[in-house]
Amino acid sequence: MLSGVSLDVNRGELVAIMGPSGSGKTTVLRAIAGLERFQAGRIAVDGVVLAGGADIPSPTLRELRRKVGMVFQFHCLFEHLSAIDNVCLAPVHAFGITVPEARRRGLELLAGFGVEHRAAALPRQLSGGEAQRVAIARALAVDPPLLLMDEPTASLDPARRAELGALMQELQRQRRTLVIATHDEDFASDFATRVVRLRDGALA
Amino acid sequence: MFTRAITLGWLVFATVTVSAQPRVLRWAGDPEGGAPYVEADPSHPDQLVGFDVDIVALLASGLGRTPEFVNVRFESISQSVARGDADIGMSGIEDTPARRLAMAVTMPYYEFREVLSVRDADAGRFRSLADLRGKSVGTLGGTIAYEILLRAEREHGLRAVSYDDDVHPYSDLVIGRLDAVLLDNVLAERRQRTIAGYTIQPQTVAIGHYVGVLSQENAPLRDRMNEILRAAMSDGTLERIFRKWSVWNDDQPKLHAQVLAGQPVAAVTGLDESTSVATVSRWEAAKRYLPSLLRASVVTIALSCLSMGLAVVLGVLIATGRVYGGRLARGSLTAYVELMRGTPLLLQLFVLYYGLAEAVRLPAFVAALLGLALNYAAYESEIYRSALEAIPTGQLEAARTLGLSERQVLRLVRAPQAFRLALAPMTNDFVALLKDSSLVSVLTVLELTKQTQIFATNLGSWVIPGTLCAGLYLAMSLPLAGLARRLERRWKVVA
Repeated sequence: MLSGVSLDVNRGELVAIMGPSGSGKTTVLRAIAGLERFQAGRIAVDGVVLAGGADIPSPTLRELRRKVGMVFQFHCLFEHLSAIDNVCLAPVHAFGITVPEARRRGLELLAGFGVEHRAAALPRQLSGGEAQRVAIARALAVDPPLLLMDEPTASLDPARRAELGALMQELQRQRRTLVIATHDEDFASDFATRVVRLRDGALA
Repeated sequence: MFTRAITLGWLVFATVTVSAQPRVLRWAGDPEGGAPYVEADPSHPDQLVGFDVDIVALLASGLGRTPEFVNVRFESISQSVARGDADIGMSGIEDTPARRLAMAVTMPYYEFREVLSVRDADAGRFRSLADLRGKSVGTLGGTIAYEILLRAEREHGLRAVSYDDDVHPYSDLVIGRLDAVLLDNVLAERRQRTIAGYTIQPQTVAIGHYVGVLSQENAPLRDRMNEILRAAMSDGTLERIFRKWSVWNDDQPKLHAQVLAGQPVAAVTGLDESTSVATVSRWEAAKRYLPSLLRASVVTIALSCLSMGLAVVLGVLIATGRVYGGRLARGSLTAYVELMRGTPLLLQLFVLYYGLAEAVRLPAFVAALLGLALNYAAYESEIYRSALEAIPTGQLEAARTLGLSERQVLRLVRAPQAFRLALAPMTNDFVALLKDSSLVSVLTVLELTKQTQIFATNLGSWVIPGTLCAGLYLAMSLPLAGLARRLERRWKVVA
């Protein structure tokens, strides 16, 4: 249960929410992404306001999806689709982008993360690091200003962790805002512009 | 000394006890719709009555045995006796050349006539089989009457409809599902007592006889039974039995006189048995029946494909309703699934075809299709529901955060993966449905198993018909199983 969590995040920041398991880090991200109802308070993302204590109206939810992208801890790629199809699914069906244009942008994104050669691979054929990068590319395919990431370094070795850090700093330079939930102290101290700590559902 | 005396006493007692136990005469009959041959006494349903019951009691008494009834479906009585389930079969069993070759049959003890029954309004225009071109004529499957109708199909262009019992042909006749019924006069006259609205035409189509059937190894027992029957014909006992059941008529004294005089009695008069399958080699018989088996296979596969297609569509709707619907929808659909899964498919088919006939008269094939589809939709929906719920929630949430609507999440993410999970159990169900389709013969649909049964009854053996039938079912089911395996390998669903 979260209580009294008050947080302002500015554009271009990389905020690391830290805390022990069960402290509510993932819950914060899910609430921002509109996946979790909350009883009181408000969440505002680039002008889109979510009010506590009520269901989120569909138009608000649609607007929110344009503003917020999320990369889940276990990637949650669509197992029946190839990497490029994972990336193109939402642009084509949710945002009406043509298939050729979506594929062009998708391949660019995958190339930016160094996995364009794995575009035709299915998720079960990807390594942990490759899957994570495809998941990030998928989240960025709809061009959200805010990107949420849940435990992004959980399955990465030190080399891949450093690559991820560099990638996230590049996203910051693109004026995207990143909020990550992590208990990786080293990663947070190396790459986060700010660290907030949660304990038992409250800011410590 | 004392111990020896006690032991000897027990031995004597045991011997006397064993000798005193009466031997039984096991007899096979079918009480379902079996009046006046064999039926459950309406006032004491646990007891059997009928003229065949009385004749068996007569035979058992003459042999010094106690009759013991064995309940066997009519069309399986000969085979059941042949494999030793009973000593004799007696249930209005017709004397035919095939039976004389395959079994030890008793002397004929009753003569019947094959008669045409039509609705009262049609009595003036349907007097013979030749008048029924393009019309449906029903009868009991695997009988002389059915054989006559099959030939009449070729000669007169009528449509023969096979039933598993002798009650529904007459009820279907009066409600208009059939245009005529061809069956024994005994049955036609008996059914008129409870089903009004039809006329029995006076013209005799064929003449047949009832006999008892024993296995060939029991020929000596058959001979003893013939002596008892001959005596019963002589002293009027048989006449008294038939009069008691109101089936004695002018045909019987002639038959009895013929039998007592030792004159041969043709099994059937009015039907050319020279071309019967019983008179040719088994392989020739198989070649003759192969076209009809193949036609019946087409019925089976068409029915199975259409039923399964409808079941899949309904199953998807039910599963989607149970996963996404509100409380009322979920409750109603769950009740439907439990009802369909918890009651026998055979019962559901009967209700659809016969039970609802007063309100809606479904053609047999349509009733069969709907019955199979509605039943299997329940099982399919459980497969699809489980498959839908097996898709990880994380993928669904990821899809939502990407901006996909719930319908798009279902259509683009959940359903495609659920389908791949459901494919293997779906294939199993299709193969099961293919075999369950054999039940629809109770609705007069002539599918593969029923046609095989007719073949086996006429041939007097299940070996070749059963082998052909099994081969045809495998020919239909194996390609399907192979296709499913190829699709599974291609999609390689990860558990």
